[in-house]
Amino acid sequence: MDLGTRKILDRSFTAVGVTSILLMAMALLVVIVPIFSNGIGAIFFKGTIEHRKLQYNEFRKGNPDVLQQQITETDSYRNNAFSIVEAFEAEMEGMEPGEKKKEYASQYTSVRKILAHLLGPLPGDMEPILLRYQYGATRWEKAEEALHELMFVTKWDYSDPTKMATQYFVPRADEFAGTALADLFPYMENNLEKMLLPEQTFYWGFITERSLDAHIFGGIWAEIQGTFFLAVGAMLFAFPLGVIAAIYFTEYAKDNFFTSILRSANSTLAGVPSIVFGLFGLAFFINTMKVSESKSVLAGSLTLAIMILPTIIRAAEEAILAVPKTYKEASLGLGSTKWRTIVTVILPAALPGIITGGIISLGRAAGETAPIIFTAAVSVGATIGLADVFNSPTPALSWNIYNLASEHEAANEIRHVQYGMVLALISIVLLLNLSAILLRARISQKLKG
Amino acid sequence: MQDVLKKKSMEKRILAPRDSRETIGNINVPNPRMVCRNVNVYYDDKQAIRNVSIDIGSNEVLAMIGPSGCGKSTFLRCLNRMNDTIESCRVNGQIFFDGSNIYDPSVDVVPLRAQIGMVFQKPNPFPKSIYENVSWAPIIHGLVETKADADEIVETSLHKAGLWDEVKDRLGQPGTGLSGGQQQRLCIARAIAVSPEVILMDEPCSALDPIATAKIEDLIDELREQYTIVIVTHSMQQASRVSQRTAFFHLGDLIEVGSTGTVFTKPSHQLTEDYITGRYG
Repeated sequence: MDLGTRKILDRSFTAVGVTSILLMAMALLVVIVPIFSNGIGAIFFKGTIEHRKLQYNEFRKGNPDVLQQQITETDSYRNNAFSIVEAFEAEMEGMEPGEKKKEYASQYTSVRKILAHLLGPLPGDMEPILLRYQYGATRWEKAEEALHELMFVTKWDYSDPTKMATQYFVPRADEFAGTALADLFPYMENNLEKMLLPEQTFYWGFITERSLDAHIFGGIWAEIQGTFFLAVGAMLFAFPLGVIAAIYFTEYAKDNFFTSILRSANSTLAGVPSIVFGLFGLAFFINTMKVSESKSVLAGSLTLAIMILPTIIRAAEEAILAVPKTYKEASLGLGSTKWRTIVTVILPAALPGIITGGIISLGRAAGETAPIIFTAAVSVGATIGLADVFNSPTPALSWNIYNLASEHEAANEIRHVQYGMVLALISIVLLLNLSAILLRARISQKLKG
Repeated sequence: MQDVLKKKSMEKRILAPRDSRETIGNINVPNPRMVCRNVNVYYDDKQAIRNVSIDIGSNEVLAMIGPSGCGKSTFLRCLNRMNDTIESCRVNGQIFFDGSNIYDPSVDVVPLRAQIGMVFQKPNPFPKSIYENVSWAPIIHGLVETKADADEIVETSLHKAGLWDEVKDRLGQPGTGLSGGQQQRLCIARAIAVSPEVILMDEPCSALDPIATAKIEDLIDELREQYTIVIVTHSMQQASRVSQRTAFFHLGDLIEVGSTGTVFTKPSHQLTEDYITGRYG
């Protein structure tokens, strides 16, 4: 091949390589950017006075004096709105029964609902049982959405049967024209900010507080803690076992049929889909071994441990094999026993690789959903204590992300929580991987000098 | 051309199954430290050492020379049973160390290897600090009880290895950070830290530059006063500089043994002469 052709080939190979890397980076950006921008909204947002009331009532956070002052301030505006509502109710009382009144009543019900959604229970409402009805809109962007709903009735235009129906908005004020309630709409539009006092809020509690009323309010601490328990529990089982197995494979196992079977079993195990491990965990650890009555952190950890075990074994094996043979020779040549050679010379030298493998597996255990569906995860649950891990299930980030995205009754209302969880999970995994890289660099630095 | 043909024909003859060739020279020494008799080594079916018998005297440096693949390293590794770590390797024959056969099934290789230390071809300090490199073996053999004991052993060993002045201010730094020659001297210090009686050196200077080599050679000369040293080397000059006796191996046979002066000036065997004069190797 002549020089020109070789150069062209080299260049085109470089181009293909760079393109594929760029594609990968773009794919990563496409995933990461929305997760980050939406997820950060769970922590950093415009919070209304309702958010501050909730924080004070449920977690005793915030300054009660300032809060009281703000409540008094907002109440003065709210009361104006409420008196309009009262005036309209009195007007309705006096109306002739008939179609017109029915129409008003049904419209008025929606108005009340939206008002309650914005400001919390209205005067005359019963004290709601569910927490989600006890407070108004805690987030300003949700309040703005509700305001739009209050101002306009959404209608659908079906006039052209050949096309899809189009949405259009009719001002609600028109429907109540001539009644006392007509004043409510401009009043709300102009004074909503004064009724809710939105402030830029840094809600650190999203990370550190438990969820309230199935994630409608509050934070995701229970999920973070559950993820942590499950992943660390899995490591407690899998890491020592995996390292011991790797030592056996590399230092003790003879090359025979039995070990080759063991090796290929290990490789096969690494490729088994995680849902299969989930079913196995249910069938073996819970139904057969009865490690717990039902789902528990323990059962979940064991299942995850089985799942990450092959990866840990493989990583540890590679790391041990990468230790220069000369270390082993030097140690044996000095009259050290095989076991001591392994413990004091080979393992320390292999440690960076073993730890890297371990932490990456930890990240995988933290992110896996399928193995814990049947063995450990619940959708809504309280924070559990360390003593409960043997018999309590726990919420966990991976499972709850799925749950919030697909099964939660108010999935649309709490997208921010979902994104926040995704962000938290990604951050945990990235942090773990980063710490693996740093730890590895540190240890190899120490060894190399 | 003549030589090449001769070498070819010789190899052909030797590769065929054959008996071992007789050793020329006196294999015996007065007061031997180690006595090897009829040692045969096999890797699976291949025989690497054929019927080698030789004595190793006290406080002498025995150099083992020979072309690549002649079995000199294999034989060296028999002397402290390092060949045990190679699964396919079988050794028969007898090697006596201070009167007892080290291949006796009842022998524990752990103390044996402490008594017969080894320095390898490539400097292989542990990825630990200089201090730990030296103190590690004494600690695992229970030779030290206190920190002061360990400090003393580290200092004397490094002194003996001629490394103390260069590293005394940085004992805590990793041994792998030293230069090649320093690393090799560290390995020697590590070997003598457990007070061995014999030190085996497998081409200890082949990875070093001439200055570092000279330092190691001087060191070997000094160490001879306290230890018995067996050194495998590819350098004829090195063998003639550091050793008292020389053994010439060829394709698994011990061809000739004698005092270094004799072997290098008046070799008795044609192969020895050819090798020493650089006609092949």
